[in-house]
Amino acid sequence: MANQFDVLILGGGPAGYVAAIRAAQLGMTVAVVEREKLGGVCVNIGCIPTKALLHSAYIASLLKESKDFGVEVGSVKTDYGVAMKRSRRVSDQNSKGVEFLMKKHKVTVVKGSGVLQPGKKVKVGGDVYEAKKAVIIATGSRVKGIPQIGLEINKTTVISSDEALLMEKVPASLAIVGAGAVGMEFADIFNAFGVKVTLIEALPRILPLEDAEASDALAKSYKKRGIEVIAGAKVTKATVGKDKVSLDVEAGGEKKAVAVEAVLMAAGRAVNTENVGLAECGIQITDRGFIKVDKNLQTTTPGYYAIGDVAGPPMLAHKGSREGMFVAEVLAGQKPHAIKYDNVPSVTYCHPEVASIGLSEDQCKERKIDYVAGRFPFSANGRARGTGETEGFVKILRDKKYGEILGAHIVGGHASEIIHELAVARENEYTVEEVELAIHAHPTMSEAVAEAALDSLGRVLHI
Amino acid sequence: MATKVHMEALSPTMEEGRLVKWTKQEGEAVKTGDTLAEVETDKAVMELVARADGQLIKVLVPEGSTVPVGNVVAYIGAPGEKVPEAGAVAPAAPTPSAVSPQPLVAPTPAAPAPTAVTTDAARVKASPLAKRIAKDTGVDLARLQGSGPGGRVIKRDLEGSSPAAPSAPVVVRSGAAYEDVPLTQIRKTIAKRLAASIGPIPHFFLTTEVDMERAAEARSALEVKVSFNDIVIKAVALALTKHRACNAWFQEDHIRYWNEVHIGMAVAVEDGLITPVIRDADRKTLVQIGAESRELAERARNRRLKPEQYTGASFSVSNLGMFDIDQFTAVINPPEAGIIAVGSIVPKPVAEGDKVVVRRRLRLTMSCDHRVIDGATGAQFLKTLKQMLENPLAMLL
Repeated sequence: MANQFDVLILGGGPAGYVAAIRAAQLGMTVAVVEREKLGGVCVNIGCIPTKALLHSAYIASLLKESKDFGVEVGSVKTDYGVAMKRSRRVSDQNSKGVEFLMKKHKVTVVKGSGVLQPGKKVKVGGDVYEAKKAVIIATGSRVKGIPQIGLEINKTTVISSDEALLMEKVPASLAIVGAGAVGMEFADIFNAFGVKVTLIEALPRILPLEDAEASDALAKSYKKRGIEVIAGAKVTKATVGKDKVSLDVEAGGEKKAVAVEAVLMAAGRAVNTENVGLAECGIQITDRGFIKVDKNLQTTTPGYYAIGDVAGPPMLAHKGSREGMFVAEVLAGQKPHAIKYDNVPSVTYCHPEVASIGLSEDQCKERKIDYVAGRFPFSANGRARGTGETEGFVKILRDKKYGEILGAHIVGGHASEIIHELAVARENEYTVEEVELAIHAHPTMSEAVAEAALDSLGRVLHI
Repeated sequence: MATKVHMEALSPTMEEGRLVKWTKQEGEAVKTGDTLAEVETDKAVMELVARADGQLIKVLVPEGSTVPVGNVVAYIGAPGEKVPEAGAVAPAAPTPSAVSPQPLVAPTPAAPAPTAVTTDAARVKASPLAKRIAKDTGVDLARLQGSGPGGRVIKRDLEGSSPAAPSAPVVVRSGAAYEDVPLTQIRKTIAKRLAASIGPIPHFFLTTEVDMERAAEARSALEVKVSFNDIVIKAVALALTKHRACNAWFQEDHIRYWNEVHIGMAVAVEDGLITPVIRDADRKTLVQIGAESRELAERARNRRLKPEQYTGASFSVSNLGMFDIDQFTAVINPPEAGIIAVGSIVPKPVAEGDKVVVRRRLRLTMSCDHRVIDGATGAQFLKTLKQMLENPLAMLL
């Protein structure tokens, strides 16, 4: 039967397409149903294009300081339209790359919106596809506004990251509601492109999920660059006009009026669980709106699995990809290594970058864990001084008794790259001593990791 | 370059070894881990294994010759490869990398602790964090089943609640293997004065007669075959858990009180005796003890005991009952502080109320190191042991 496959995957984002590749590697026949471009939000309107824009932003801020480095470039002009177009090319290349990977692994790609049907079937338009082994739901998530306070996304003055990524011209002023990874990254980008940015966060500090020390470092850095940061803030009223928005903001008992050309909503995402036929197949949803799954990521209906954003937090591409591999291996009858959800690195690619893994210092305190924090500032690191990236630090939280690495937090240039040493260490249960024993090349930013490990043992060398 | 095969120190006290038999011949292909030869040490016949892959290109020592530890006995190399001149062979000092993969315990008379690393234990797959926790808590990683990649022991496996059920006979103790208690002044004085009085170990002896009727009845009612010796070993082990003061090593400046019970079992061999060890005897069933003691005795007689099988006892039992010896005194095996000598079970007339009845009786004599065990301490232990043997249900208390 032409429409029969071992595995049907609903959604071709980083969870779905990785599941497809792994399942194909394991000898299964696979079809991926995707209504838009392959690669999903990540490749097309998320991780990848923002990284391209952030690099444009980085170049702009680098050039502004280049005189100090003996390089004069005259006045620096920025053009968001050009940067945006470049970011589109990068996205398109990546999406084409996924297409190529699907062909390479002989995965059938079905264009259209799939709807689940009982009996491990998926309906796309007038066609019905049938899975012999399983259906994997990887429909992902989308941006959302906050209609309750009058901030419904209208795509002109109240926008989401989707619009921000496709803008030709930047507004003169922009308020960003939400200072998680998305809000932080866009604040960085638009600030570098000359926009007057006001960053508003409801929780008491920006990057609320990161360690408090990281939040403080970023708040300081952003304020220095002229980004207005208002944390612990409540938007009490929003008046959305044709070409401007005024917000009444309450923070720390003070009221403030913020008048901007546009508002970017960066507070949370909604999972795509509507109109995919979940209820019809008896697939249950959790209180928080995610698809309910067991430890094998199977939903409440046998034969239907869920991975990625729809399967629950953290809503990160790399977590979804891992789940994709995991489910493919389960379907092949293997017993894959259990996913360690407490060992998923979290990265924000603003400047300086913020990367973390494991527990924050506050979480250690809440859990009454006897810990020691080892710290090393990049201002004491030779490589960082050389490149002028002296902002930030490495902090390692060490369990006092056995040296377990409870958590690690990095703020600084290339933090997103440096964190993986600690991810590998934690995955393999290395303690701070094994990290320190590994010889770190000099001069590198990574030396700060070894130094922080040493500091947690009371043996720091270079401060 | 050809790899030298050295005479390795195959037991903690081995200084030389007699090459009994080459199991690989010149010209044969060998792989790392293959047995090259059988070597008789001071304690047992052991295997000398290859530490390199290749061909056994040259055998330097004929079967039957005795070779000091460290000397080169053969070469492994590529086919046709030349070996160095014979002159270089005789005194060749062992290079640390080529010799003795076993982390050797210092060749002192004191037996190594059972927790001392053996080759197998050194190869336990465990995360650094798990190793650290195990070191602190005294858990033997070799006895755990790892749930990490490739069976690696990870932190979760050590968390009391969910260690994967390991195969029998597994014993996991939560506490440390032993506790070292420094000698108090009074103990120092007792140690010095009593040692000066009789030999380096001031022995004293306690004898008691045990009624074995109930034990005999219980034994014959069992469907599985259990020997009296197994019952005695089990009872001694259990009694020691209630009298830690007797389950100890004298260590010159401190006494090591064992929390684990490892019973040494004296076995007569052709030209002497050896004491293989039943580890964690208190935690093992009679059937396990029986099977293990038979296997150990067999290996002992065939001189096939591994070092870890005859070292590290915390207390010993010697049984000459099969030779119709009613009662005897055994000599303490240092650094242990006590040994029980088991005589034969003899039907005897005994008074029961005002009647004389015949009952099966067993005489036990405990030798105590007075530096560790005082008279009353030993007597209390012996009393518990007697109660357990006379009423086997008491073992369950």
